[in-house]
Amino acid sequence: MNLLKLSGSYIKTKPLNTLLNTLLLALGIAIITVLLLVSKQVEKSLTQNSRGIDLVVGAKGSPLQIILSSIFHMDYPTGNIALSEAKKLSRNRLIKNTIPLSLGDSYQGYRIVGTNYDYLDLYQVEVSEGARWEKPLEVTLGAAVAQQSGLSLGDTFASSHGFMDDGLNVHDEQQFTVVGVLSPTQGVVDNLILTSLESVWQVHDHSSETDTTHAEVDHNHEHDHDEAITKQGLPAEGDQITSLLVQFRSPMAVVQLPRYINERTNMQAASPPFETARLFSLIGVGVDMLQGFAYVIVVIAALSIFIALYNSLKARRYDLAVMRSLGASPRVLFTHVILEGLIITLVGCLLGLLLGHAVLYVATQLYARPGQLGIAAGQLLTEELWILGGSLLVGLIASLIPAIQAYRTNISQVLAEG
Amino acid sequence: MIQIENVSFQYTPRSTTFQFPDWSVSAGEHAALLGASGSGKTTLLHLLAGLLRPTQGKIMIGSQDIAQLSGSTLDRFRGQKLGLIFQQPHLLGSLTLEQNLLLAQYLAGIKQDRKVIRETLASLSLDHRRTARVTTLSQGEAQRAAIARAVLNNPVAILADEPTSSLDDENCKRVLELLQNQASAHQATLLIVTHDQRVKDHISQQLTLTPA
Repeated sequence: MNLLKLSGSYIKTKPLNTLLNTLLLALGIAIITVLLLVSKQVEKSLTQNSRGIDLVVGAKGSPLQIILSSIFHMDYPTGNIALSEAKKLSRNRLIKNTIPLSLGDSYQGYRIVGTNYDYLDLYQVEVSEGARWEKPLEVTLGAAVAQQSGLSLGDTFASSHGFMDDGLNVHDEQQFTVVGVLSPTQGVVDNLILTSLESVWQVHDHSSETDTTHAEVDHNHEHDHDEAITKQGLPAEGDQITSLLVQFRSPMAVVQLPRYINERTNMQAASPPFETARLFSLIGVGVDMLQGFAYVIVVIAALSIFIALYNSLKARRYDLAVMRSLGASPRVLFTHVILEGLIITLVGCLLGLLLGHAVLYVATQLYARPGQLGIAAGQLLTEELWILGGSLLVGLIASLIPAIQAYRTNISQVLAEG
Repeated sequence: MIQIENVSFQYTPRSTTFQFPDWSVSAGEHAALLGASGSGKTTLLHLLAGLLRPTQGKIMIGSQDIAQLSGSTLDRFRGQKLGLIFQQPHLLGSLTLEQNLLLAQYLAGIKQDRKVIRETLASLSLDHRRTARVTTLSQGEAQRAAIARAVLNNPVAILADEPTSSLDDENCKRVLELLQNQASAHQATLLIVTHDQRVKDHISQQLTLTPA
C-alpha cells in the first residue's frame, strides 16, 4: 500500500467520472498534438525543401502557385516561360546560378521533372543505385517512388500528360527507362522522377506532331537520341521551360531582382520565404481557431477534474479524518489528493498524445502517399514533453484547492460529528 | 499507561474552559470514561489521541507526554502507539479489507506485513473476508474490522469513542468482550468513552465527567 495505490483506488471507484474527465482531456490534448505535429513537420519540410532557393521565376500568374508547383510539386504550374528569356535572366550579374525545371508529365501520380544535375546538388541527394540520367528518356527515381511504384532499374514506362493518374493522355509512343534510384532525403525529391529537360521536350514534341509529318520527325527523333543532354546550366537550344530556380550572388538581389523580373520581363518572380509565410498566414486563421478550441476543452477538462475532486472530498471527509487518526500528516493528505488529480491528467494526456498520433496516422494513410506531405505520424517531438508537463500542471492546479481543503481537514471536528 | 495531569482545554479563546480532573489508568488496564453530553468526554478523548492540543497540562501515553509533541511527530506517534475506534467503523470504501489494514501500517510508518494482518484478522474471525471490498462487509464484520485496524500496530492504548451506542444489548456485550479480549491480547490499555450506561456493568474502573 502506498499513496499512489490509494489515490488510484479512489479513481477506480468512480469509473464513469474518470472516463469522462480523461476523455475530455485526451480530446483537447489530441487536437493540440495533431496541430503541433502537422505545423512543425510541414514547417520543417517547407524550409528543408526551399533551402538554397532564393527565388523562383515562372510564367505570369500567382506567385504562391509558382512556389507550390516548382518547389513543393503540389499545385499546377502557371505556364511556361521562353528559354531565351530565362537565359537572358541567368546572365544577370546578381545571379549566381539558375536551375531550369520542366514539368507537365507524371507516372502513377509521381511527377516527372526535367532538370539538370544542379538540382541533385541543391538537395544534396546521392544516387544509391544505378546512375544519374545520361541520355534523353533516361530517368532516375526518387527513393519513395522506387519503393512504392514497383519500378526498378532497367524498367520502362510511358508517362501520362498532366499530374493525375487517370490513365488518359498517355504518351505511349515514348518510353522512359529507369537507370538509377536516389537515396532517401525525407524531402520532396523522394517523390519525384528526375530526368533531363531534353527528355520532357522529346515526349511533348513527339505527341504534338501530326501523323502526316510522322515519318520526317522519326528521322529527327533518331538524331535526338544521340544528342547529349544538358547536365549543367541552361541548354543551348530549346523552346520553353516551366520555371527557373534562382540562387543569388549578392543580398542586393533580394530587393532588385524581383522588381526587375516582374516589371521588365514577361515572367513572374516568387520568393519562397515570402510565399510560405503568406501560405501560413492563410492557413493560420484556421489553425489558431482549432488551437483555441483545444485550449477551451483542456480548461473544461481541468474544471471537470476540479469539480469531481471537490465533490468527492465532501463525501470523503471521514476517510481523510480516519487517515489522520491512523498517523497520516496533513501533508500526506495533500499529496494524496494532488496525486489523484495528477493520475487523471497523466492518463488523459498520454491517451491524448496517442490519439493525436493515431489520428494523424490514419489521416496520412487515407489522404496521401506516405511521405508525400513530409508528415510522419510516428515522429515524436520534444514539444510533446511540454504538452505532458503542461497537462500535469493543469492537473496540479485543478487539484490544488481540494488538496488544500484536505490539508486543512479538522479531524477532531469531523470525527466528533459521528 | 494513560495519565492526565492538570489538563485544560478551550476550543476558542472565548469559549468555556474544560478543566479535567487528574486521572490515570495503569498499563494494560481497562477503563470507562462516562458522562452526559457536553461534559467534555469526546474532547478529552481527542486530547488523549492528540487530535486536539491542550491549553495546558500533561498527557502521558505510555512514557510519552504527547502535549510535548507536535506536527508530523504527533501524527506518527498516534499511528504507531494509539488504536482509535469510532462509533461507525469508518473503513475506506475504495479498498479491500486487507488494503485497509495495509494502509494502517503504511500511514503509521511501520513495515507492511501481510502475515501480521492475517493473524489479526484470524483472531477476529475475519480471515475469510480478507480480500473483500469493505462495502460488502456486514455491520458486525465491519465493526470487527475496525477493531482489527485499531489493534494491528500493537498500540500502547486503545481509545474507543462510543463503540456500543448504536448496538443492541447482545451486540453491545459482544463488542465489549471483543475489545477487552483484544486489548488484553495486545497488552494495551483500553479506554472506552461513552454515555452508554451498559458499559458500567462490564468495566469497573470509571471516571465520570460532569458538565462544566
